[in-house]
Amino acid sequence: MPKILNVDELAKTYQSGSKKLKVLDGISFAIEAGDTFSIVGPSGSGKTTLLGLCAGLDTADTGKVELCGSDIGNLNEDERALLRNREVGFIFQDFQLLPTLTALENVSVPLELQGDASAKERSIGLLKKVGLEERLDHYPSQLSGGEQQRVALARAFSNKPSILFADEPTGNLDEETGEKVIKLLFELNKEAGTTLVIVTHDLELAQRTQHILRLKGGKIIANEKVILT
Amino acid sequence: MNKEKAGIKWLFKMAWRDGRASGGRLILFMASIILGIAALVSIQSFSDNLTDNIGIQSKALMGADFIIDTKQLPNERVKEIMDSLGGFKAKELNFASMASFPKNGNTKLVRIRGIEGDFPLYGTLETEPSEAANEYLQEKGALVDATVMLQFELQVGDQIKIGDKLFPIMGTLVSAPGNSAFASSVAPPVIIPYSSVEETGLIQIGSRLDYNYYFKISDTTDLDVLDKTIDPILDNEKADMDTHLSGSRRMGRSYANVGKFLNLVAFIALLLGCVGIASSIQIYIREKLKAIAVLKCLGASRKQTFSIFLIQIVGMGFLGGLAGTLAGVLLQLSFPTVLKGFLPFEIEVSLAVQPIVMGLLLGIFMSVLFALLPLLNTWYVSPLQVLRIDESKKRKGYKERIVVLTLIVLSVFLFSLWLLDNTKFALGFVLGVAITFAILVGIASLLMHLIRKYFPKKWSFTSRQSLLNLFRPNNQTVILLVAIGVGAFLISNLYFTKDMLLAMTQLESSSDSPNIILLDIQSEQKEEVRNNITPQGLSVIDDIPIVTMRIQTLKGRAVNELRNDTVTTMNKWVLNHEFRVTYRDSLISSEVLTEGDWVGNYDNVGPIPISVADNIARDAQLKVGDTIVFNVQGVLMETQVSSFREVDWARMQPNFSIVFPTAVLEKAPQFHVMTTNAPDVSASASLQKSLVQKFPNISVLDLRQIVSLIEEVLTKISWVINFMAFFSILTGIIVLIGAVRTSKYQRIKESVLLRTLGAKGNQILQITALEYFYLGALGSGIGILLSLISSQMLANFIFKTPFVPSWIPFAVLMPGITLIVLLIGLSNSRSVLLSPPLEVLRKEGD
Repeated sequence: MPKILNVDELAKTYQSGSKKLKVLDGISFAIEAGDTFSIVGPSGSGKTTLLGLCAGLDTADTGKVELCGSDIGNLNEDERALLRNREVGFIFQDFQLLPTLTALENVSVPLELQGDASAKERSIGLLKKVGLEERLDHYPSQLSGGEQQRVALARAFSNKPSILFADEPTGNLDEETGEKVIKLLFELNKEAGTTLVIVTHDLELAQRTQHILRLKGGKIIANEKVILT
Repeated sequence: MNKEKAGIKWLFKMAWRDGRASGGRLILFMASIILGIAALVSIQSFSDNLTDNIGIQSKALMGADFIIDTKQLPNERVKEIMDSLGGFKAKELNFASMASFPKNGNTKLVRIRGIEGDFPLYGTLETEPSEAANEYLQEKGALVDATVMLQFELQVGDQIKIGDKLFPIMGTLVSAPGNSAFASSVAPPVIIPYSSVEETGLIQIGSRLDYNYYFKISDTTDLDVLDKTIDPILDNEKADMDTHLSGSRRMGRSYANVGKFLNLVAFIALLLGCVGIASSIQIYIREKLKAIAVLKCLGASRKQTFSIFLIQIVGMGFLGGLAGTLAGVLLQLSFPTVLKGFLPFEIEVSLAVQPIVMGLLLGIFMSVLFALLPLLNTWYVSPLQVLRIDESKKRKGYKERIVVLTLIVLSVFLFSLWLLDNTKFALGFVLGVAITFAILVGIASLLMHLIRKYFPKKWSFTSRQSLLNLFRPNNQTVILLVAIGVGAFLISNLYFTKDMLLAMTQLESSSDSPNIILLDIQSEQKEEVRNNITPQGLSVIDDIPIVTMRIQTLKGRAVNELRNDTVTTMNKWVLNHEFRVTYRDSLISSEVLTEGDWVGNYDNVGPIPISVADNIARDAQLKVGDTIVFNVQGVLMETQVSSFREVDWARMQPNFSIVFPTAVLEKAPQFHVMTTNAPDVSASASLQKSLVQKFPNISVLDLRQIVSLIEEVLTKISWVINFMAFFSILTGIIVLIGAVRTSKYQRIKESVLLRTLGAKGNQILQITALEYFYLGALGSGIGILLSLISSQMLANFIFKTPFVPSWIPFAVLMPGITLIVLLIGLSNSRSVLLSPPLEVLRKEGD
């Protein structure tokens, strides 16, 4: 299978006050298209930073990230935005819906950015899939946490991404709702054949993916293949 | 990579979607723009109306837009010019003559004014009975000065003989426009028809005559330009042009200052508009930064996110500008109705185009301009923010910020220039405000630094929380301190300036100002004259000694030598002039020291230090330190110029070109000038009667008619200053309320969080109250302190008047603004206290 994400000797340092903080150091791994992949580690291990770099939200100090055949380091900010719009879907811990847009409009935005004329129909279809056909015109503040995350799910899949990054997708949800959202996530992912990268500290959730990358102190301590039962 | 696909339509759609959902918030932000623009439009429009009205006053004083006067009947060239100007609407032949009254055989030197046409073209001929003003022309009668009527106990129906002709007295002349020669109106006026002048037999070759031709022109004609073009041509024909503008200039500094004051008010209105717009846009955009990060994360480009909010701001600016302009116009139109009963004069309110265009333009332009700085942040917002990663704090786009800041300063300057039409004023005002702004930003930053460094860890929880609010992330210290500070600065500047100008008009219009001047009183007559004045219930306001002298040598060169010097460019009239000089130890209210040091008392060392009026200094080409030897009736006195004074010659009081210190001229041969104030016509008449009989050598100048006309105008000016100042102050406070109100959403999350953690309503109130108290007290305090400096500068450089700061801004304005800020702060947190936390977050949080 071709590699959809290729990470090579990645390093990232942040300035914290007068100190320099090395968040990631010598990170290398690759993900094949269609794989499910989780990044786990304790707080401060660099999981979210790694996800940001892999998804083209930021650039590394050294090393290389190749996403869907493009070297992210060679793209400017707008080119990276375009790449994200075409190839990447996101799910965030705190949903990150646009508060002034309805559920339907939130899901439509990635498609509208592509100039897709069928954005509305496709978005309605996706919202039906996540069980929110009755909530199309509701604003995020009128939805529960689980409902908001389902809207976020629909939005993440709306542009038919090649790869989907999920950052602690159940972190803000109770166990029951979290479970429902994860089930939905895997169903939609399977249906769309999307590569899925989940950042989590929930080992149970990680066990549901095909690969687990373990981080500690900004370094990889293990890259395991999971035997799914 | 392919280009982005979403077009401009999508950008508009996103801007609309975001705006639509922002609902109440958007209205709150737009309210600030509306208030700012409404303030600008109404203040500007009404001020335009008042300026026009004041303009009409000076026309009413002259009775025309302009007068052309000649000493003889106009020649063909002058007639051609008059025809080209649309022809005169009224004419007057003016000369001094003795008049006699057959009733009692008395005679009096009067000024005959032979009138023909629609005189006056502006203002009224006030007579008693009032019909007389219309009838004297048909009936070929005379209108006789009110003092003369009383002095000689004349009645309407009696006769007055001028030259060979007897005229029936049709009425008492109370006031008449056109008495432009204030200081020289030694003789009281008598008005007769122009056609009857010939019959008096007084018009002979060699008679000293003045022909005045009264003109009215369209409002669009620039009189200054006309004056500059026509006057030199007329000069060659021995004629002269005098416009009502020069008439108003003669009315003194308070008249000129009202124009400057209205300019200042207009500029302040512009700034208030800017403060309203800037503070609301700043906070609005700041709230949008997170949504921008999300959009970028989903693939929106920098240009797209920037454009979405730019479109929104343009929309808000347009709607705010439109609503604000409409509100401003309605407010202006309602003034005459609302103020009925308070207005001391009829005022015609008309829609001025400039303020309306400016309101609409300013709404969009200033919104965009002030949005550029916060919008720049959207350019540099990293999509990484959605992952809770705080990027390095390094501020990006330093160069762009400088460009935007320069653009803001330049735009405010250009708007001011358009408004004020004076580069120096516009530059000075903008610089003053920029410095104030910089100082406020500096103090806000310093404050945050100091609180952080010396944080009082032992204070109570609420006190510590309120202090923390001043410098922790998401603080509003700089923006609110600047808004409150600039607001307080402008408001208190208005207050100080108002005080300054009112003091000036009071000085000029108070009942203490002289309206009767007694000339040529000999030293030995002084006491007796005084004893004639005081028993009539009048007081001697000034008793001024006058010594006459001529220049003997100037800067070491004899006058004779200078007279024959063909190279010198000095104005040689000073060499032949007999100066009427006084001596005193202090400046008087009509004088301002412009250079050098005032010396009040001579200490008998070196040359005598004298003060010279600046116009004389210019003509004689003098510098401070130059020496002049005066010939004081045979005695030579060596003097040295120690100071220059600017003298307001229009004041109704004796003014002097040269003033000696005391302890020099006391023993010199001298005569005196006394002034007094006669409250009414009869007091003036009886004083004149008693003085004329006892002291035939004394000339009595009755300035009452002119003074009363001027007093009337000054009362109007005072009203205008008072009204515009208070209206602008009120508007300023409302704009300030709007600006502070926009901070509503800043503290809601924190307050809800504290509420959730169990904070009592009281504690939340205390934290909010203290934070807003610090901001209010500090902002208004600094603003008012800074306004002391700027008011002093306005007093020195623009209004040229002494400045004595009033305590009101400190005692009323500072606590008042602080209280208002505090109350808004508290009302901002009301929703947190009244509803459950979750409901508040859902409703008002994002």
